[in-house]
Amino acid sequence: MGRLSIDFFGETLDNPVIPASGCFGYGYEFAELYDINVLGTFSFKGTTREPRFGNSTPRIAETSSGMLNAVGLQNPGAEKVISEELPKLSKVFRKKVMANVSGFSVREYAETCEMLGREPQVGWLEVNVSCPNVHGGGMSFGTDCSQASEVVRAVKAVTKKPVIIKLSPNVTSITDIAKACEDAGADGVSLINTILGMRIDLRTRKPVLANTYGGLSGPAVFPVALRMVHQVSHAVRIPVIGMGGVSSAEDVLEMMMAGACAVEVGAANLVDPYICKEIIETLPNAMDRYGIESLRELQKEVK
Amino acid sequence: MKEGIFEILENLPLTDSVYRMVLSGDTSEMTAPGQFVNIKLDGLFLRRPISLCELDGDLMTLIYKVVGKGTAAMADMVPGQMLNVLTGLGNGYGLSEAGDAPLLLGGGVGIPPLYELAKRLRAEGRKVTCVLGFNTTEEVFYAEEFKALGCAVTVTIRDGIPESSSEGRITEAAPGTENALGTGILYKKGFVTDALPVEYSYFYTCGPEPMLRAVFKSTKTSGQFSFEERMGCGFGACMGCSCRTVTGYKRICKDGPVLRKEEILWDA
Repeated sequence: MGRLSIDFFGETLDNPVIPASGCFGYGYEFAELYDINVLGTFSFKGTTREPRFGNSTPRIAETSSGMLNAVGLQNPGAEKVISEELPKLSKVFRKKVMANVSGFSVREYAETCEMLGREPQVGWLEVNVSCPNVHGGGMSFGTDCSQASEVVRAVKAVTKKPVIIKLSPNVTSITDIAKACEDAGADGVSLINTILGMRIDLRTRKPVLANTYGGLSGPAVFPVALRMVHQVSHAVRIPVIGMGGVSSAEDVLEMMMAGACAVEVGAANLVDPYICKEIIETLPNAMDRYGIESLRELQKEVK
Repeated sequence: MKEGIFEILENLPLTDSVYRMVLSGDTSEMTAPGQFVNIKLDGLFLRRPISLCELDGDLMTLIYKVVGKGTAAMADMVPGQMLNVLTGLGNGYGLSEAGDAPLLLGGGVGIPPLYELAKRLRAEGRKVTCVLGFNTTEEVFYAEEFKALGCAVTVTIRDGIPESSSEGRITEAAPGTENALGTGILYKKGFVTDALPVEYSYFYTCGPEPMLRAVFKSTKTSGQFSFEERMGCGFGACMGCSCRTVTGYKRICKDGPVLRKEEILWDA
């Protein structure tokens, strides 16, 4: 058992570094760059029951120390993910993968989770109740305690695999939502999804994004994410996965000190495609610098 | 795709806002004209995608227009500076369909990717015709370079050519006359689509979307279009630059930027 390994929903991960959904495709694209088996695991592109194109372009805008996206859950749909994407992934990734699921009704969440939960390579279901870029779904389930609970109960009823609810920061109290998910039977929570934002093009006087608003990610959101991970990990007993602007080994340690059991890395992958590999390689040095013998020890110390 | 460190060998203006940068480094992933690179710049989060203009061994020429913070920062750079560059991005133009007399249609900073293409088509002995469109005479660049490759070159100027010639190599050319100043470049008022030759075997184009739409309508043969879109990653991971095509959703950065005429679906 290495210094980097951690306990993760009853299993052991080689390290806590997990590329976040939407920033790592279905994995095999990155497998052309490095052996993705070095990762703890990764969360694949948000998948819905039916195929989706997503929003009109432009759907990317730059910000100071970050970016906005309004992709709107483009994905080939659960059936094609199972018949085409997962077989391609299994050729390059021998670990279990986290299936990221989104939906527009409680029933759709349950159906998609049931389908993906049956796949042997899917180890965990990360249920996204926090996509800010779709209308009449996504985030609306994550901004209301009773709706979030309903999704959790429906999903828990159709799968035995650990269910992790991905939370939105665009709420009055993220701890209330987290507690509601815990009470409804969620095995864990992950946070934060992107923060709703916008940019305006001074020349056209119109929003840069065709969708007007989009989700902010990147280093700009790291302190907000860290604060929310800290609050939520003190409010619930279930494991918390931290994410939001993480781009270095130091950021991973900071997230874990705030209470995260593992850490997802999102937007940084889009700028530095090798970043997760680099974070994993530089973690031991960073741990030495701050007197951390093992991450499992840090996990126990903080919780 | 490959991440590499490149040295800037040259970075000079071609016009008021268009610059040519020559980079030296590992270009092994750059295999086709029309591919692009994605450049990391200090203090800016997203990389900047720039098309390949010319490839010569370890040397890569990029031509870019200053349109925002990123390209403004690039314009301030000097030889000797190093850049972190992702290379080998995008599919690029395919040469096999070109036929014996391909037509190249470029508009503004859509012109540079056609240069490496023209070079390779000429090397294969094909008869290449280029129509290069600009808004004003002051914006014209690279017309002579295409001519020097042995292409037949027409330059179209949206705003027309001033009658009283002022300073500058372009305005000295008499409007509408071939072989002006011995350059063999024909200058015409109007758009690229106002200067299409009667006969051509196939076409390749790159430019602003209104021009691409006009080219789509005005051309008689099949051809290849290179598209531009705001990108997140540039290598297919974020789905930021997707478009609908006849054959399904495509990512401009990974499945493009070059699409065949037959697969293009224009948004309303």
